Amino acid sequence: MTATMRQRIQHLQRQGMGLAWMALCVILAPGLVDAQVTARVKESTLENGLKILLLEEHKAPVVTVHVWYRVGARNEQPGTTGLSHLLEHMMFKGTSKVGPGQFSRIIRRNGGRDNAFTSEDYTGYFETFASDRVELALELEADRMRNLVIDQKEAEAEKKVVMEERRLRTEDDPISALREAMGAAAFQAHPYRQPIIGWMTDIEGLAREDLVRYYNTYYVPNNAVLIVVGDFKSDELLPKIRHHFGAIPRAANPPVVRAVEPEQRGERRLVLRKEAELPFVFMGYHVPNLKHPDNFALEVLAYILSGGKSARIYKSLVYEKQLALFAGGGYDRESIDPNLFPLYASVMPGKTADEVEQALTAEIERVKNESIPDRELQKVKNQIEADFLFGQDSVFNLARQLAEYEIIAGWRAWEAYLPGIRAVTAADLQRVAKVYLTPDHRTVAVLIPEKIKK
Amino acid sequence: MIRRYGIGIVLSLLLLLLQPVLVAAAPLAERHVMENGLTLLVKSSRALPIVTIKVMVQAGSLWEQEGHAGLANLTALLLTRGTATRTAAQIDESVDFIGASLSSSADRDLSELSLTVLKKDLPKGLELLTDALLHPAFEQGEIARKMQELRAALRKRQEDPGEVAHEAFAELVFGGHPYGRPLEGREATLAAITRDEIVRFYRDHYTPERAAITVVGDVDRSEITDQIRTLLGSWSKGKATVKRAAEPTPLPEKIVVKKINRSVTQANIVLGHQGIRRDNPDFYTVTVMNYILGGGGFSSRLVERIREEKGWAYDVSSQFYPGLERGSFQVVLQTKNETAGPAVQEVVRELRRIREQGVTDQELADAKAHLTGSFPLRLDTNAKLAGLISIVEYYTLGLDYADRYRSLIEAVSKEDILRVARTYLKPEGYVLVVVADQAKAAFSE
Repeated sequence: MTATMRQRIQHLQRQGMGLAWMALCVILAPGLVDAQVTARVKESTLENGLKILLLEEHKAPVVTVHVWYRVGARNEQPGTTGLSHLLEHMMFKGTSKVGPGQFSRIIRRNGGRDNAFTSEDYTGYFETFASDRVELALELEADRMRNLVIDQKEAEAEKKVVMEERRLRTEDDPISALREAMGAAAFQAHPYRQPIIGWMTDIEGLAREDLVRYYNTYYVPNNAVLIVVGDFKSDELLPKIRHHFGAIPRAANPPVVRAVEPEQRGERRLVLRKEAELPFVFMGYHVPNLKHPDNFALEVLAYILSGGKSARIYKSLVYEKQLALFAGGGYDRESIDPNLFPLYASVMPGKTADEVEQALTAEIERVKNESIPDRELQKVKNQIEADFLFGQDSVFNLARQLAEYEIIAGWRAWEAYLPGIRAVTAADLQRVAKVYLTPDHRTVAVLIPEKIKK
Repeated sequence: MIRRYGIGIVLSLLLLLLQPVLVAAAPLAERHVMENGLTLLVKSSRALPIVTIKVMVQAGSLWEQEGHAGLANLTALLLTRGTATRTAAQIDESVDFIGASLSSSADRDLSELSLTVLKKDLPKGLELLTDALLHPAFEQGEIARKMQELRAALRKRQEDPGEVAHEAFAELVFGGHPYGRPLEGREATLAAITRDEIVRFYRDHYTPERAAITVVGDVDRSEITDQIRTLLGSWSKGKATVKRAAEPTPLPEKIVVKKINRSVTQANIVLGHQGIRRDNPDFYTVTVMNYILGGGGFSSRLVERIREEKGWAYDVSSQFYPGLERGSFQVVLQTKNETAGPAVQEVVRELRRIREQGVTDQELADAKAHLTGSFPLRLDTNAKLAGLISIVEYYTLGLDYADRYRSLIEAVSKEDILRVARTYLKPEGYVLVVVADQAKAAFSE
């Protein structure tokens, strides 16, 4: 699931870690928990509807506090896209108690790190500290949940920042631009067609009134979830949570998203011409999300296709045929509404987008027509189980995963992940490939490079 | 105005008085040098049945000879692409089958081979790791394949205005020194590398006394030591004398501007010069100074001025990159074409200001509080711990680093910061690269 955030994370690429980025980009978000971990999650709800999930993890003296709101790009309307994300930026611009720009300064001088992100389905905020500062995060998050000051001048200045962010992420990045174009074609009725950061002219047009209305509608305790993971004691923390958040009044439940994407009954194709060196192919198939029983087979199928260097797409397109510089896929499983099963490849010099597209399609056809060998199926299940355990190494990851599940399907859906994966058979894989991964259900987007003018 | 934000300030001051949680007074890892010179560092962490292993070797691009740009990186990448007993495809499948990850790459100062594996599959993981380390095949087909990938990657990089800016910047700041070029090398030098050269580079540089292995996770120290000794004890010491690139030629103190034209909506700007080495005793003072200038995110002057006040950039920061040799100092930002000129002026203004006036008591206190208080966040996962231990070992920082760090940072004074700002920041002699639609950027410099 793509997301945009408030601060760019400094990547190692700049310091020359070579071709680390070329390693498979598997856009998967595997469930991370085994039965034992889920059993330790303590759930409660305040009278005002704030859902609280606490998970004690004492291996390191750190705590991460997350507040996620059930609002994202899917809640937006044409003409005011990018509103969730701009509001995310504005959440750092001051409340009646904390001055503009002070939020991060306070966290930082207390040895913490903070950031926020917006996706199609949610807007999340977090602070990570050494354990003894957790109450500071609670105090500040409760404060900005209801006391945000949305100043006209600050909003206009922040719009400029968001426009720079869009230029950085999309305007001048041909592959991101392609992905954005594909999404807008793959979805016709549903707001998932809208970019999270918003269309440029929409961002320019956002007004203070839009932000205020949106904040008052969605930033309410009955529309939020508070998650704390790390080195703390639940029975000591819960009273503090109640103290800081309990007085915030419940508000009307926000409006639900009513749009439903109709069934796609014919392939869609688009091209994008932008200055670039190499062609690129992106395709997306409409598939059900984690609420559907077929989701486990689709998840396993995504790993079969793109879960590592021995996975089919890398092995065939990158290694054996040398058609692609890098290639992979994913499955947008953790999604409130049904989303896409994407595949992508960067075309090697001297090869064509057509060849690459055919090769990607051929891998899908192979899955439909030939049963997956036992060892390969076992390999993928091993990978998924291993990823489960690796993911628990970080309190941030645990919190993020809990929050995501809670917002999308209720956090207990997490418990069903591993058992569901283990039960997948080779026959299931063939069946779901035949049912969902057909040309009629897909959108194909091709980047046609224009010569870079120097 | 101050009264309005009183509660927030009081609370945060109160919390500042609380004693921050101290990192346990124990070395970061237990260290042991084997008979063949191989250094082993072990940190037991039993919370999860996972193990992270990093092997660091003195085989970065600093050891590339003239005309062999890309050799270090290519050699490192090829370690996992086939051994004496396994093809690349077999290695890939074996790694994936146990849900592990095995990767290798080179950086400027060192090369690295990494493994993450479940505890239950540790023997198999170690077997694959040590096989790649000791018996790489450097098969001709794999070499050709990897070269083709690297050349395509070099070409694709030209799409990214940020990468274009960094490449031009590095070359202007470091010239022909290895720090001045992409790790992949150049199109021409890459194509000219032969299998013999790769084999020789491997043989000369990948030797036990030039390597350190860090193991973090669900391991028992004596058990893992035995396992490593069994697998790598026979790794024989190197016989060749190897040569590392000397320090980069210092830059003359003048302003060099390079403008690169692209049809972009946003100018990508890198402004900077040479910086310091990692073993410079001023490293900690420079860290604090840079935090305040542009490394501290929303606590930094550059973000305050250029993002918050002016709205000119989403991403703006300053950073030193200290290495075995003198690395760079860079201010990096992206801003629409039209504000490129004004943004650069602000950057230079900030460089001058910190040199003229130093920093305030509040800025100093906040920087120290963050750097010391956030240290536990560098240790809270196996992966981060393995990374920190490896760096501490490689740059000989001492395994008591976690304990010493606090006092090293606390010792920094305002006078120290003024001194390092005046010594290491050069607003009168820098390299400026601007990748932009130059007609719209209308740079007067």
